[in-house]
Amino acid sequence: MPETFDVIIIGGGVVGCMTARFLSRYQLDILLIEKRSDIGSVTTAANTALIHPGYNPVTGSLKAKMNIIANPMWTQLSEELNFSFDRCGDYVIAIGKEELPMLDILFERGKRNGVLGMHSISTDEMHKREPLINPKVSGALFAETGGMCDPFSATIASAENAIMNGAQIRMNTKFQGFIKEKNRIVGIHTNTGDLYCRWAINAAGLYSDLVMHDAGVRPDFKITPRKGEYLILDRAESQLQSVYFPVPSDVSKGILATSTIHGNSILGPTARNQEDREDKSNSKNGLQEVLSGGRKLIPSIMPQHVISIFAGLRAGGNASCETPGVSYDHDFIVEAPSKVRGFINLGGIESPGLTSSPAIAQRVVDLLRDAGELLIEKRDWNPIRPARPSFRNMSKVERKKWIEKDPRYGRIVCRCENVTEGEIVAEIYSLVPARTYDAIKRRTWLGTGRCQGGFDLPRVTEILARELGVSQLVISKKGFQSRLLERPTKSMGEFRE
Amino acid sequence: MSNKVYDVVVVGSGPGGLAAAISAKKNGANSILVIERDIELGGILLQCIHNGFGVEIFKEDLPGPSYAQRFIDEALNLGIESLLDTMVLEAAPDRRLTVTSKQNGLQEIQAKALIFAMGCRERTRAQVQLPGSRPAGVYTAGTAQRWVNVEGFMPGKRFVILGSGDIGMIMARRLTFEGAKVERVLEIMPYLSGLTRNYVQCLHDFDIPLQLQHTVKRIIGSERVEAIETVAVNDHWEHIPGSEEIIPCDTLLLSVGLIPENELSRQVGVILDPVTGGPVVDSYFHTNIDGIFAAGNVVHVYDLVDWVTKAGYAAGKGAALYAQGKLGNPEHTIQSSAGKNVRYVVPQKIDPRALTQQVIPLQMRVTHPIESPVWVEAVVNEERLIRRSLPYARPGEMITLNLKPNLAGKIKSASEIKINIIER
Repeated sequence: MPETFDVIIIGGGVVGCMTARFLSRYQLDILLIEKRSDIGSVTTAANTALIHPGYNPVTGSLKAKMNIIANPMWTQLSEELNFSFDRCGDYVIAIGKEELPMLDILFERGKRNGVLGMHSISTDEMHKREPLINPKVSGALFAETGGMCDPFSATIASAENAIMNGAQIRMNTKFQGFIKEKNRIVGIHTNTGDLYCRWAINAAGLYSDLVMHDAGVRPDFKITPRKGEYLILDRAESQLQSVYFPVPSDVSKGILATSTIHGNSILGPTARNQEDREDKSNSKNGLQEVLSGGRKLIPSIMPQHVISIFAGLRAGGNASCETPGVSYDHDFIVEAPSKVRGFINLGGIESPGLTSSPAIAQRVVDLLRDAGELLIEKRDWNPIRPARPSFRNMSKVERKKWIEKDPRYGRIVCRCENVTEGEIVAEIYSLVPARTYDAIKRRTWLGTGRCQGGFDLPRVTEILARELGVSQLVISKKGFQSRLLERPTKSMGEFRE
Repeated sequence: MSNKVYDVVVVGSGPGGLAAAISAKKNGANSILVIERDIELGGILLQCIHNGFGVEIFKEDLPGPSYAQRFIDEALNLGIESLLDTMVLEAAPDRRLTVTSKQNGLQEIQAKALIFAMGCRERTRAQVQLPGSRPAGVYTAGTAQRWVNVEGFMPGKRFVILGSGDIGMIMARRLTFEGAKVERVLEIMPYLSGLTRNYVQCLHDFDIPLQLQHTVKRIIGSERVEAIETVAVNDHWEHIPGSEEIIPCDTLLLSVGLIPENELSRQVGVILDPVTGGPVVDSYFHTNIDGIFAAGNVVHVYDLVDWVTKAGYAAGKGAALYAQGKLGNPEHTIQSSAGKNVRYVVPQKIDPRALTQQVIPLQMRVTHPIESPVWVEAVVNEERLIRRSLPYARPGEMITLNLKPNLAGKIKSASEIKINIIER
């Protein structure tokens, strides 16, 4: 008997996991497949982590619509799924008189898009709100609906909530083509065998063009990965109060300087198109561009404040906006194509993709309903994903309580971020279990401080091996061929024999 | 939550912390507690299984763990208490600590005098902003050292080492002993950043090439390091086009400097010296916060453990005197300042009263190397107080100038002692 599902979601980024979570409310057998060893480890794990108000997207575009619908959803979502979210507002900063007119353009566009709570901020007021801001600031636009979150924990929380409500998630499972009957998709080939389904959902991000081409949809659609490089700053050295964008250029929102939900500030991203869908390397020029871009807003930032660097890839597409009269050719695709049945197609989900993801997930629900799915709500549907204890954020009383319950919460494994053994072990046994060092890192935020894992790496490797009942030699950074260790030392090898 | 009071509490049980605890006991403090985050006393010495320790203090050449054991034994014999596998979460300026561990949970500890001896941490890939991909196989030299010497695992087969710091050079030899191939050691500066003896004993004797004025241009490999692209640099650290080379390897070790570990010091408001990265201290290693002292690499990065021990002795004595109410505030302190070709001088403040009783070593590093004989001179009010000759001066090798009690009269009313290192 081949395995059969109502819905198979291809891709475990924030869009795929959010979609799984929204669909898991209904009486559907859902499977999400992810080719890597962990969900949310590509675009979802490396972006600016902002929930945008919606003054940037072209008016009338699907990006603008999704952004505006999704922005308010994050409050309830973060409360139900218990991930960190802070509606701190965001600023666009004009430096020098010549940048001032751009603020008016954004303000007007925001109003047309339906953004509420935008305010013009004077130079003096801006200095008061952010003492570190460039003294040449000439004015600012403040949007109170802007926010910051931890995109990875939002993704994990969505996935876990979907699993709590009956969905399945399989890692290391790679899409290798559709199984079709006439113009209907009835299943997919994977590296672990064929899987059948009534609906397949393309949430393949950087590979979404290849998936839709295989379905026979939009042969001209092409993903052009756009790299964004970032710098993370030591929170002891640079503490920003909020989110600061420069005035945008034609290609991107520019290099911003922003606080994060974890208290570190980050600078970035660059915006450089490339063909390679995997190359997330940093470049000397890119890092310099980020630093000088950040220093345009916050001149006191110094290279020695940098504690980490990373790069992410945006899944930029070339889809035309379908709203009549709007000329824009980098829009989202969220559709049930008429010529292929049993297929929901998502593509070109770049910024504001994270922000939009709950609205996209809701639209997928609507598309299924429009296509005749009954979508009966589960009687025992539970929208709440319980909070995971985070030692770093606990009060003294809570810390005491957790240590009494489980002494492993008393042992600090990451000294910079105060992550305990208890938290690490909890992630190894969670609904979306961590199996690699990076998976532990993304879930607990360990290893992200000034020593960048220098202290915790051997200790986490040991805990993973112990809990999984394997040798430390098979523990990897991120799965596949990324093992951390080579072999026992000579003396240890003899000792073990 | 239990609440204990000690005369002296030491955070960290490396050579600085152990020496401080022992000295505190010998100078009259009664109850002394050492807090260690690892499961045994000794700090980073336990993974330093190479020799070279103790030549100054014991006139013997010991491996790190043996050196540590002498102090561990002495501390235990003196009845010094310890908390192992315990992390200090918070420190308050009134010397109250909140600590946590698996065995005892959260505890509060009150110290009459507190000694910070947290040592230092390694600079990372991000701090030198190495471009390229982010695969497994990029480790700091100290992390690799822990894996090899404590955990018993080799982190790779073919290595490139960036930085000629002491740990990097020592690991080059250690990995070679273990059958690994160390392709080369790269150093961006035109000179060695560690000790010359380590170059001779660890690189030269094992035919491991050292390339000065070279760095990593790019890390290659998506899952595991596959190769390193190296490049030569000019005097301004700019890459020289055409000098690139691709070195196949599976591991890149970083030995690109150490930074004193002062998160707790910051928490309590200790003033840090921007050059050393450690607290501004006087000759008892007393910080600006009353009753809080600092011992060892937490103050500045030493290159010999024996000096760390000696610094620990001085801090321990200061803390014991403070805990007994015998230290008191000096009427006047003398600033020591970095003059010509001197990067920094520690201690930054001198208590003239201390100088009447004992020799005060001023320790410093040069800014630029001088490969010919030099004078190290101390100047007060434009007048040369003392000078010492050395055959050369190198940034990787700390220089000491001893102020002796016979100088006390001459400098007691001075406001500043300036140190210069100049060609003879």
